[in-house]
Amino acid sequence: MNEHTTCSEDLAAEVRRVAKLARIYVSEDDVAQWTRDLGRILEYVRQLNELDVDSVEPTAHAIPVANVMRDDEPRPGLPHTEALSNAPAARDGLFIVPKIIE
Amino acid sequence: MSCSGPVSELPSLSAALDALRRNEVSSEELVSELLRTIECWNPTLNAYVYVNSEEALACAREADARRRAGDPAPWVGVPIGIKDNICVRGQPCTCGSKILKSYRSPYDATVSRRLREAGAVFVGRLNLDEFAMGSSTETSAWGPARNPWDVDRVAGGSSGGSAAAVAAGMAVAALGSDTGGSIRQPAAFCGCVGLKPSYGRVSRYGLVAYASSLDQIGPLTRTVRDAALLLSVLAGRDPMDSTSLDVPVPDYIAAVDQAPDDLRGRCIGLPREYFAEGIEPDVAQAVKAAVADMARLGADVVEVSLPHTHYAVAAYYLIATAEASANLARFDGVRYGLRVPSEDVLEQYERTRAEGFGQEVKRRIILGTYALSAGYYDAYYLRAQKVRTLIRRDFERAFQQCDLLLTPVAPTTAFRIGERISDPLTMYLGDIFTVPANLAGICAISIPAGLDSRGLPVGLQLMAPALEEARLLQVAHVVEQTRPRLPRPPLASRASGGSPA
Amino acid sequence: MKFAVSIGLEIHVQLRTRTKIFCGCPTTFGAPPNTQVCPVCLGLPGALPVLNREAVRLTVMAGLALGCRINLRSKFDRKNYFYPDMPKNYQISQYDLPLCVGGGLEIETPAGRRFIRLRRIHLEEDVGKNLHFAQSSGVDFNRAGVPLMEIVTEPDLTSADEAHTFLLALKEVLLHGGISDCNLEEGNLRCDVNISVRPEGADELGVKTELKNLNSFRAVHRALDYEIRRQIDLLSCGRTVVQETRRWNDELGITESMRTKEEAHDYRYFPEPDLVPVELTEEQLTEWRAQLPELPAARRARLVREYGLPEYDAKVLTADPDVADFFEAAARRSQQPKIVSNWIMTEVLRVLGERGSSIRDLPLTPDALAELIEMVQRGVINMPAAKSVLAELMEHGGRPAEIIERRGLVQISDRGALEPVVEEVLRDHPGPAADYRNGKAAALQFLIGQVMKRTRGKANPKLVAEVLRARLESQSPSS
Ligand SMILES: [Mg+2]
Ligand SMILES: [Zn+2]
Repeated sequence: MNEHTTCSEDLAAEVRRVAKLARIYVSEDDVAQWTRDLGRILEYVRQLNELDVDSVEPTAHAIPVANVMRDDEPRPGLPHTEALSNAPAARDGLFIVPKIIE
Repeated sequence: MSCSGPVSELPSLSAALDALRRNEVSSEELVSELLRTIECWNPTLNAYVYVNSEEALACAREADARRRAGDPAPWVGVPIGIKDNICVRGQPCTCGSKILKSYRSPYDATVSRRLREAGAVFVGRLNLDEFAMGSSTETSAWGPARNPWDVDRVAGGSSGGSAAAVAAGMAVAALGSDTGGSIRQPAAFCGCVGLKPSYGRVSRYGLVAYASSLDQIGPLTRTVRDAALLLSVLAGRDPMDSTSLDVPVPDYIAAVDQAPDDLRGRCIGLPREYFAEGIEPDVAQAVKAAVADMARLGADVVEVSLPHTHYAVAAYYLIATAEASANLARFDGVRYGLRVPSEDVLEQYERTRAEGFGQEVKRRIILGTYALSAGYYDAYYLRAQKVRTLIRRDFERAFQQCDLLLTPVAPTTAFRIGERISDPLTMYLGDIFTVPANLAGICAISIPAGLDSRGLPVGLQLMAPALEEARLLQVAHVVEQTRPRLPRPPLASRASGGSPA
Repeated sequence: MKFAVSIGLEIHVQLRTRTKIFCGCPTTFGAPPNTQVCPVCLGLPGALPVLNREAVRLTVMAGLALGCRINLRSKFDRKNYFYPDMPKNYQISQYDLPLCVGGGLEIETPAGRRFIRLRRIHLEEDVGKNLHFAQSSGVDFNRAGVPLMEIVTEPDLTSADEAHTFLLALKEVLLHGGISDCNLEEGNLRCDVNISVRPEGADELGVKTELKNLNSFRAVHRALDYEIRRQIDLLSCGRTVVQETRRWNDELGITESMRTKEEAHDYRYFPEPDLVPVELTEEQLTEWRAQLPELPAARRARLVREYGLPEYDAKVLTADPDVADFFEAAARRSQQPKIVSNWIMTEVLRVLGERGSSIRDLPLTPDALAELIEMVQRGVINMPAAKSVLAELMEHGGRPAEIIERRGLVQISDRGALEPVVEEVLRDHPGPAADYRNGKAAALQFLIGQVMKRTRGKANPKLVAEVLRARLESQSPSS
């Protein structure tokens, strides 16, 4: 595993990078706090390195099933007003957001 | 009703169903009584985050009319409490988070629909750790739920509101969700029964996802029979959930009602590793007492090994947080929920999510995002998935040797509010005995084993192979009869002179 | 210095399903915003996806049509990134186990046939649509969750022309396979391109750019032309190409650097826990392969073989499988394939082109066309009348016999009825009649025209010529 992440300066940079990816604004205090937390947690989870898992298949699902599908049949959706009923901002049937520059 | 001292005897779900069917009580009377109890004790316990008194009473009156008109449905008029992360059409679903403070679900979860169709009345929304992320209900944006046995202690989590309400007589029965012990641990802390069904047994449609491959909805009740009753309504294939299994649903009520008086022919396994990891002596004592009683009833008790138990918490926190990081991405202030308005979309996302999510949720999103991000995926997430395979195999091997496993639910009884909240790792380690069942997808139940020397409930966990809920409930019911009957919880602080048990 | 160009395409194709990929909302185009949405495609808390069986079948059919290897075990993954048109802020897509891998498509180029390799075809969900206003943007999620298959080619294409030819050929295959409507106006087929140039002979590909906002095949062609020139210019001046995403500005006809993303992409793909894997069997694939409609190349060959059509006709007719179907139905009925082909290639396709509509939307039926052609053959009506009947059939439909009857277009093929008119014409135009008799054969055409005029176009021109000739040659120039 990535031993360099134990360096707290690197880890602080990682916290900032990851917070950006997760779209969460972080203050410097947050960075300090989460760097400490993440450091401890990562240190703890690194015990998984003790296990030899090279030949082990990963488990993504707790159940061994496949091919659960639906027929291509329409179903009623949400009434238009209910679709927008929780919108923080709506106009002309649209969800309104700050102007997107594409 | 008095608002001090221990609460009066409350009907169990079974008793309520019987009384309604025999017209000994009307739904309106039952719901009114419940609402009075809630009004009385909720300010202390903070189990409900929302009570829909008017609507519940109206539904109760309607149910009474239906019953008078001859509706034979057994559940007509039965009040049920719902954890605030399971959608009920037209009701709030805050998930204990500021980000969903004003959100109302425009649709029913499948379990809500099933209960509604059976005639149940929804009385309110039960407190939880924010997005079910926690083991104490302290991460709820609406404050912690308190333990009816000592209001200075946590009710457990994340279904702390559900457990506290059932234990305090503020709910006949309740729904919770269990991702890593979130039904079983609060049930243990509050002295009630909590069942985590096998993965795929109950539809997750309408359960706000924390970790999709681990989440499962289940009942919190006063008795094992009540859990069987509730599960019989919840279980079964749902075309809206691809991971709900298309397998027959056994008659759980019959499994309990036809349970033998003894445990002859049952082999109970005690996993060595579950009795090694620093459990409180009182907890060990209570579990051992139960083991002795089970042996007396003819059970064959054997020691088994689940060698990868020690790694379960690490694997769990990587997998759960990775899935959560994606599941919670949708809370962005565009379509619903809190929005911190901004000039720029990116900034609006960042401000909304920073403001809307609490510390623990953000901590887990950060951890999960990290575990999936470029360069770390193989070392953390993928490795955790492989360890998950090892843990699953542990159970497969163990269940070749025995029918059920018996373990403590948690290493300790309910801890003090504030005691662990600033120490996430210690909090996580408290889940050591419950997370393996979620990783393996098997079913497990928590039942009261007795009280510790402080008068706090101790839980006992039974685990069975996937889809063997009937076996699990039957044995749990037999074991339940051997346990000392718990007194009624004091609903007070023990430190401030509440009556000791 | 000479340069070699490498172009790869990523084509998103909307599959022909009634409902979205993970919910039962309809995929109909053009509904008012946010009226075809449900908890699933709006990404409401608690909602879960359930895979549309037909979307899987159509993607596999595309794979079979394009010679791909079909993965017998396939799965879905979450692709994580935030964008307002993404309801869940992750897209359910396929990462390491797509439904189809490999395969390819042969195209015809001026330099001969070339095989363009495919890398993969995977299934994923579409996003919503952002609309932009002065101060804000609005999001419509009707399109969110529409099933898309993403076809990724190897960088085998070497020019804008080739890319264009490939897209047309691909569109033909998808249309013939019944996989997509390929309606470009409705965004059924969208294309991103990767392009790099390198000095001829160089082993490694050059630095590539990615082009976005290509809304038509024409735009793909123009953008590639521009971008190839731009990259070659840069390299020729000893400068370097920057790896970036560029946006095609259709008005200015240039590619522009897009605002560089604040961070590198890190999509954090991981297996979608809400969906279980898709497992296919060889038997299933055999069954589907048998269901696969005839593909364009095979159909062209068969049209030549079975109907004796020239290659050119076969190619024109099979560009649209509906047109080819129409042709075959009419040709079978009329037994005059080449004549049917002529009518379709000229009159029918012209009208379709003018209206921009599909042959399926025309009220004209293959039977009606065959009947009309037959009536011309039998001499019931003449060509000009037939063309006017066809115009009406394409406008309003109906039976040719009825239209001919109603409009009184039956041609006069009765000698007795024509003779008085011929007499009249000869009397009124003695000059041309004399000219003809004096050996000026062209004068006959004038006289025929005059007879046609007096019968309001209904006379059988062949018979008119016959009667005129007989009259002029049998009689001396008297009176
Ligand atoms: Mg794509
Ligand atoms: Zn939908």
